[in-house]
Amino acid sequence: MDQAFLALATILIGVGGCIGYFWASNLVLDKVVFPARGPAAGRNISRANMVRPWLFLLPALLALGLYLAYPVFATAWLSLNRNVAGELVFVGFDNYRSMFAEEQFRESLRNNMLWLIVVPAMATATGLLAAQLTDRISWGNLAKSLIFMPMAISFVGASVIWKLVYDTREEGQAQIGLLNAVWLQFEGGIGSTLVLKIVPALALAGFAAAVAWVVWGQVLALGQSGAWIRLFRLTGIAVGLGLVGVALTWAIGVLTADLPYGQPQFWLQIPFWNNFFLMAVLIWLQTGFAMVILSAALRGVPEDTIEAAIIDGANPFQIFFKIKVPQIMGTIVVVWTTITITVLKVFDIVRAMTGGQHDTQVLANYMFDKLFVAVDWGVGSASAMIILLLVTPILVWNVWNARKEMR
Amino acid sequence: MDNIAGRKPALTWAVHISVGLLVLLWIIPTLGLLVSSFRSGDQIVSSGWWRAVFTQEVQMSPIRIAAEEVQRDGIFVIEGRLFTADSTVSAWGTSSRAPQAHLPGATVALEDGLTLTLQVDGSYLLTSPATTQGTRLPRVFATATTPPEFTTNNYQLVLFSPMAGQSIFQAFMNTATVAIPATIIPILIAAFAAYALAWMEFPGRALLVAAVVGLLVVPLQLALIPLLQIHNAIGIGKGYLGIWLAHTGFGLPLAIYLLRNYMVGLPRDIIENARVDGATEFQIFVKIILPLSFPALASFAIFQFLWTWNDLLVALVFLGTGNDQQVLTGNIVNLMGSRGGDWEILSASAFISIAVPLVVFFSMQRFLVRGLLAGSVK
Repeated sequence: MDQAFLALATILIGVGGCIGYFWASNLVLDKVVFPARGPAAGRNISRANMVRPWLFLLPALLALGLYLAYPVFATAWLSLNRNVAGELVFVGFDNYRSMFAEEQFRESLRNNMLWLIVVPAMATATGLLAAQLTDRISWGNLAKSLIFMPMAISFVGASVIWKLVYDTREEGQAQIGLLNAVWLQFEGGIGSTLVLKIVPALALAGFAAAVAWVVWGQVLALGQSGAWIRLFRLTGIAVGLGLVGVALTWAIGVLTADLPYGQPQFWLQIPFWNNFFLMAVLIWLQTGFAMVILSAALRGVPEDTIEAAIIDGANPFQIFFKIKVPQIMGTIVVVWTTITITVLKVFDIVRAMTGGQHDTQVLANYMFDKLFVAVDWGVGSASAMIILLLVTPILVWNVWNARKEMR
Repeated sequence: MDNIAGRKPALTWAVHISVGLLVLLWIIPTLGLLVSSFRSGDQIVSSGWWRAVFTQEVQMSPIRIAAEEVQRDGIFVIEGRLFTADSTVSAWGTSSRAPQAHLPGATVALEDGLTLTLQVDGSYLLTSPATTQGTRLPRVFATATTPPEFTTNNYQLVLFSPMAGQSIFQAFMNTATVAIPATIIPILIAAFAAYALAWMEFPGRALLVAAVVGLLVVPLQLALIPLLQIHNAIGIGKGYLGIWLAHTGFGLPLAIYLLRNYMVGLPRDIIENARVDGATEFQIFVKIILPLSFPALASFAIFQFLWTWNDLLVALVFLGTGNDQQVLTGNIVNLMGSRGGDWEILSASAFISIAVPLVVFFSMQRFLVRGLLAGSVK
C-alpha cells in the first residue's frame, strides 16, 4: 500500500507542480517583472510576450535536453574512453577497434542487416495486402481489429506466445508446439514436396521476377536523371540484383534440400534460420501498424483516378499496383522507416527467446550484454553509437521533411 | 464503384478466404497461449492445446498404486481409484513394454501371488496373500479417454504464490506503479510546450520543432549509462522516481509532436477572439486549448501507457531487481529462464501481463488509430 500511496502522491505532486509552475510563472511575469501598467505598459506587454513562450517551453526543454540530447554527447564521449581501475582514460577509437575485431559484434551486425531487410519489407507488404483486402469486405473492421491487436502486446508477451508455437518435445512424445505438430504431418510424399518445395520455390522465383522487373525499370530510367538520382538508382539496382541472386539461390536450395521429415525440430537452435523465426514475431507485431496507416492512405486515393482506370479497362490488379500503390508511395516510405527504427531497437524478443545464443545476437542485445553483464561501458557505448549511426539517415530525412512543411 | 471485385463472385470469395486465413494466422498464436493457461500442467504436456476441446484418448503417465491396505477373509486387499477426473480407461498394463496389454475389468495375476483388477472408471482392486507393507507396489499404465476440462488453478497459483521469488500480483502492482504516473506527468509538460510551438511567435521556433522531430528517433539505448550516472550522482539511484523521470523524458518528443500537430489545426478564430477579449495566454490554454485537444491527449496517453506497461529495457536499467520493484515483463523473462518448460505457469503469467493492454486497446482503439495517423501520415 505504501507503493500505491507513493504513486498517488507522485501523480498529485507532478500534476499540481506543473500547473502551479505554469500559473505562478505567468503571474510573476505579468504582475511583477513586466506589469502592464504605468508609463511603460505597452513595452512591458510586448516584452512579457517575448518571454512567455520560454516559460511554457522550459520544463519540456529541460527534460528533453537532460534525458535525450545530453546523453547522446555523453555516450559519444564514453565510447572514446575506457574504464581502467575506476578511472576514465581517453583511448580514442580503441573501443571501436576492439569491437569490430569481436566475432560477436560482427555476427550481430550481420543479423541486424538481415532484420533490417526482412522485417520492414514483410510487415509493410503484409500490411498493405491486409489493408487492401479488408477494405473490400463487410467484416473488414473486425478483421482489422484482430490483425491490429498484437500492437497492444508487449515484446515479452509476444515472446512467450511464440515460444509456445516453436516448442519442441522429443520424438515419440506428443508435440505441444503448433509448428512441430504441423511439421510432423509432412512425411516426404507428394504433398510434402508440393507444399514445402515447389510452392516456396515458385514464390521465391516470383519474388525474384518482381524485383528484376523493378530493376529493369530503374535501368531504363537511368538515362534521364541527374547525377545524384543516378547514384541512388545505381545503388538500388545493385541491391536489387543482389536480392534476385539470393532469391534464386534459395529457390534452388529449397528444391534440392534434404528435409529431415518426421523428426521434431528445435526451431530456435537452427543456425541462421532461427533468425527468421525470431523475425516472424516482430512481423506479427508490426503488421497491424502498417495495415492501419496504409488503409487510411488507400482510402485517401482520389476516386476519379480509379474510375478513369476502370473505364480504360484496367483489371483489379492493375488498379492496385499501377494506380493505388504509386499514389500512396509516400506513406509506404513512412511506414517502412518507422518499422526500421523499431527493428534497430529490437531487444526484448531476442533477450527473452534466445538470449542472443545460437547465432541470433543483434546490436541492441549485444549492447545490453556489454553495458550491464560485462560492465564494459566503453565498448557498450560504442555499439550504442553504431545504432545511432544507423538511425541517422532516417533522422536527417525526417527533420528535412519537417522543415519543408514548416515553410 | 468501391467494390470492383463485386462483379466477379470468384474474386470476392478469394478475398473473403484470404482475409479469413490472415486473421486466423494472426490470432492463433495468442489463442494457443490463452487456451493453455486454462489447462493443467499434465494436460498441456500430454496433448497440443488445439485438442483441448475434444475428448481425447491419451496414455497417462504411470501411476503407482498407493492406498490403505485392509485384511479381508485372510487376504490383503488394496482398493482405490487411479484418478479423480471423469476419464474412462480403454486399456491398461503393468509394464512400460506392454502398456495396453489388458482390457478394463480383466483380473491379472502378477508375481508373488498378487492379482490386480482395473475397472473402466479407474477404480482398482489389488489382492495379495501376504502383507504388502514395505514392498514396492506395481505401477499401472492406463490409456484413458478424458473429456475436455479447464481450470483456473493456474491463475490462482501464479497470482498469489511467489514464482521465482515474486508473485505475479506483486509484479502487476509494480508495473501499475511505474506506468500510471509515467503516463500522466509528461502529458501536461508536453501540452504547454506544444501550445507554445503551435500558437506563439518567437525566434527559433522552427528550429525547436525540427529538434523535436529529430529526437523522436534517437534510440533511447544511448541514454542509459549517462542517465544512470546522473541519477546516481544526485542520489536518486535505482527506483521509481528515476524510472518516472526517464519515461517522462523518453515520451516527451512523441507527446510534443502529436499535440503540436493537433493544436496547429485548431481554428485560429477562437484563439484570436479570446486574445481580443483580453484572455491571458494561460487562460486560453487552460480553458480553450486543453478541452479542444482531448482526442490528441487521449491518443498520446494510450501510446505512453502501452509503452510504459510493456517496456522491459528501461525497467531493467532504472529499477532495482527486488520484489518490490521488479515489473511484469522482467518477472516473465526470469520465469522463461528458470521455468521455461512449465507452460501452465508461463501462460497464465503472460496472459495476466497482456490483459490490461488488451483491454485498453479494445476499448480505446479509436483514439489509438487517430494518434497513429496523426503521428506518421502527413
